[in-house]
Amino acid sequence: MANVLVVDDLDVTFSLHQSEVKAVSDLNFTLSEGETLAVVGESGSGKSQAFLSIMGLLAKNGKASGRAMLGDTNLIGMAPGALDAYRGKDIAMIFQDPMTSLNPTLKVKTQLAEVLVRHQGYTLEKAVRTTIEMLERVGIPEPVKRANAYPHELSGGMRQRVMIAMALLCKPKVLIADEPTTALDVTVQAQMLDLFKNLSNEFGTALVLITHDLGVVAGVADRMMVMYGGRCVEQGPTDNLFYDPRHPYTLGLLHSTPHVAKRARRLDPIQGLPPSLEHLPSGCAFHPRCAFRFDRCFTERPPLLPVEDVREKACWYQGELNYEEVA
Amino acid sequence: MAGITGKDATLTAYADALASGAPKGRSLTQDAFRRLIGNKAALVSIFVFLVIMIIAYAGPYFLPWAYDKIDWAGIRKPPDWAKGHYLGTDQNGRDMLARTFQGTQMSLLVAFVATTVSVVIGVIYGAIAGYFGGRVDAVMMRFVDIMYALPYMLFVIILVVIFGRSPVLLFVGIGCLEWLTMARIVRGQTLSLKQREFIEAAKAGGAGPFAIIFRHIVPNLTGPVVIYATLTIPEIIITESFLSYLGLGVQEPQTSLGTLISFGAPVVEALPWMLYTPAFFLVVMLLSLSFIGDGLRDALDPKDR
Amino acid sequence: MQTLPADSRSDDLIKVENLSKYFSVSSGLFSKPFQLKALQDISFTVKRGETLGIVGESGCGKSTLGRCILQLLTPDDGRVLWMGQDIAALPPEEMRKHRKDLQIIFQDPLASLNPRMTVGEIIADPLKTLMPELKAKERRDRVIRIMEAVGLLPEMINRYPHEFSGGQAQRIGIARALITEPKLIVCDEPVSALDVSIQAQILNLLADLKDQFGLTLIFISHNLSVVRHVSDRIMVLYLGRIVELANGDDLYDDPKHPYTRALLTAVPIPDPRRARQRTIDGLVGEIPSPINPPSGCTFRTRCRYALPICAQQRPPLESTGTRMIACHRWQELELKPGA
Repeated sequence: MANVLVVDDLDVTFSLHQSEVKAVSDLNFTLSEGETLAVVGESGSGKSQAFLSIMGLLAKNGKASGRAMLGDTNLIGMAPGALDAYRGKDIAMIFQDPMTSLNPTLKVKTQLAEVLVRHQGYTLEKAVRTTIEMLERVGIPEPVKRANAYPHELSGGMRQRVMIAMALLCKPKVLIADEPTTALDVTVQAQMLDLFKNLSNEFGTALVLITHDLGVVAGVADRMMVMYGGRCVEQGPTDNLFYDPRHPYTLGLLHSTPHVAKRARRLDPIQGLPPSLEHLPSGCAFHPRCAFRFDRCFTERPPLLPVEDVREKACWYQGELNYEEVA
Repeated sequence: MAGITGKDATLTAYADALASGAPKGRSLTQDAFRRLIGNKAALVSIFVFLVIMIIAYAGPYFLPWAYDKIDWAGIRKPPDWAKGHYLGTDQNGRDMLARTFQGTQMSLLVAFVATTVSVVIGVIYGAIAGYFGGRVDAVMMRFVDIMYALPYMLFVIILVVIFGRSPVLLFVGIGCLEWLTMARIVRGQTLSLKQREFIEAAKAGGAGPFAIIFRHIVPNLTGPVVIYATLTIPEIIITESFLSYLGLGVQEPQTSLGTLISFGAPVVEALPWMLYTPAFFLVVMLLSLSFIGDGLRDALDPKDR
Repeated sequence: MQTLPADSRSDDLIKVENLSKYFSVSSGLFSKPFQLKALQDISFTVKRGETLGIVGESGCGKSTLGRCILQLLTPDDGRVLWMGQDIAALPPEEMRKHRKDLQIIFQDPLASLNPRMTVGEIIADPLKTLMPELKAKERRDRVIRIMEAVGLLPEMINRYPHEFSGGQAQRIGIARALITEPKLIVCDEPVSALDVSIQAQILNLLADLKDQFGLTLIFISHNLSVVRHVSDRIMVLYLGRIVELANGDDLYDDPKHPYTRALLTAVPIPDPRRARQRTIDGLVGEIPSPINPPSGCTFRTRCRYALPICAQQRPPLESTGTRMIACHRWQELELKPGA
């Protein structure tokens, strides 16, 4: 299976008034054709910033370095003008709140057709026809009526589908979805996740799903990457990470998540607070909250090393992650 | 409540110690202040404005001539440093610089008093109208609309006729007219503030409407109120100048920048110092207030939160 | 610790009867405003010491219900019996007497705290209004005790809300709700705005405080997993009406209403194998607008099991022992998840 996106040594730094903050450090991963990769983390983990930097959407005071190879082209450091040839065409991104991503003063069909006219050189008629087809494919009922509507006339779930349709119009190789279902009702979310599952079959698109919800990950993702303090701390096939996590943070996340089928007496939260990126702890960024730490963790940051071929983790602890010990 | 954590005695002692010792938080006002100081244009403007204020109040002590002292020998004279008339004299032989200082004092006084009056009335009126909404709001705001529609000059003239030309009246009169816009702004802010959850939380805590208005809403209005007040000061100074130009403002021998400008403008070709001196002070003050207003707006409404 | 009043004849702390709440939505200058039926004919009880979970999607009215119980919104119809007295349309001065027993925790921790007040002032605020007989020193002592109880460092007492993270700010909100030692607390999506690991901390904190203070909780959330975790009984709302109310275990193992079943199968489960096995109930379409709900059973437009009777007649809310259910066909349908 070919690789559509290969990221090497991605760093993202923000300059604040008195200091520099590294939002993302040394990120490495590959995305294969048609696969779904979930990127999991909490606030401050850097998961959104990493992908915003690949799309060239960082805030003015942000700078990215490293490589994000889409085919033969490195997207990092490209001038915005040059990036426009790829954004929306080969690589697309959708966001959490579709209301703010859509122009409220333009009809749906206008906004979508514009993408096709610009990137594929379609005539307006052809673009509108293709738009309506795409709206239908993403599961919007009465697509012609919806296409003629304004964004505020549609419900939340509908708007999110419109966003997905817009992103898929040029049949991109990679679709990045940043918390796409967080703002949706659970039944609508379920429909959306179904749509994501079919993406690779129907469109051949590889999907990067950024989320903090492990339930969403379990339903949809082939592989999973856990981020903490701007770094990847564990990555590998979803099943492996869920049933046999090797990093204490992953274990902690799994045990913090309530499970609708089981009612535990107490959850096992991870003690403490997520780190401030301006004052990252020494050594391993997770050590202040880790139940398995020992002296090396305080002083040396563990590198991301392979574990059994298909997965990697960044942790010094080599023993069993015994659930009881965390409690 | 006693006994919950089992550490009563320790906690009471701790509480006593805390009364003096707990570290002070960083309030929003302090944050805003820091940001304001960081804005160079605003900082320079604050400095300039303060300098002008100091000069206007302290200056007269350093001048040989008082603002109302007539120098019979020096009528309509250009600047003459030997005689102590640093910026010339006017048609009555009074020292221009001294008169300008006095005029600046008067304009500043009018501006601050009128602003205070308008802020106090405007905030209370607008907050009440905005918070209660419904009919109360409708009635109160229609009153404001009517006041807006009425001729402003007419009111001033009526006030002047009834009370005579006293400066105090002038302050109050202008203040009573400026509060209208402040009330509208405050009402708008209140309408959006009262939807916020901490207002609901206050209601859940049993607070009555006036407690909510004065403890929760008004303190959160500081941003727009301060900004608008700073931007109204120039407006007030100009209004006062205008009234004085028309002869409805301060009485002789007291003067204001407006009066001075009104006397200086017709003779600018012959006696330029009569216009330029007060005009210079007026322009510098208005400009610096503009920058301060801008700076305040940036400081109080940061987007990087 | 709480001491139960001597005259508590029943186990019911609060009883809601036929509660309805409507909002007028204007639709232009010349047309009559629409009525948005946020809640219709809601009746249920909350037993002392239990946690009742209220769950539903957008437009179901759960937040409105929480506020109507607390009289932050005035119900248009129905009664709210608190300790035997109907508080539904009490004037504010009368209601104030009850407020120290009825408190609320909000969803967005930072929005629910006045940015210009210090933490100490925020927490002490209800005390000032509802228990004015306390002296300043006593107030301050209570504030410090409650801060400790919720896991906040007392040194933070002079800090401002924006200096705290989301989870800590929510602790401030909890402290404020607890300071008058209430009997009932309505928790309106208290963890939805928080990171996963912090959510777990706050949920544990709420469970501990409930034991410690002898609280009764009404827990409102759209997240079925969270609601299942904290609640004894769960009430499911759809478009302003109760569709089902049952014990947590019963609701999950044996849902009787098609909507409940759809919700349960739609909830993402953090377990890849199970996630792959399950079939989603495939709810068609979206939630109808509360301005113009479907006739008869409001759920029928999305229900696989709808029959003509569902369009003609609204299903009555039937009670069987521990369960309440509003569905014409509940006795015949076999809805166990995984079936």
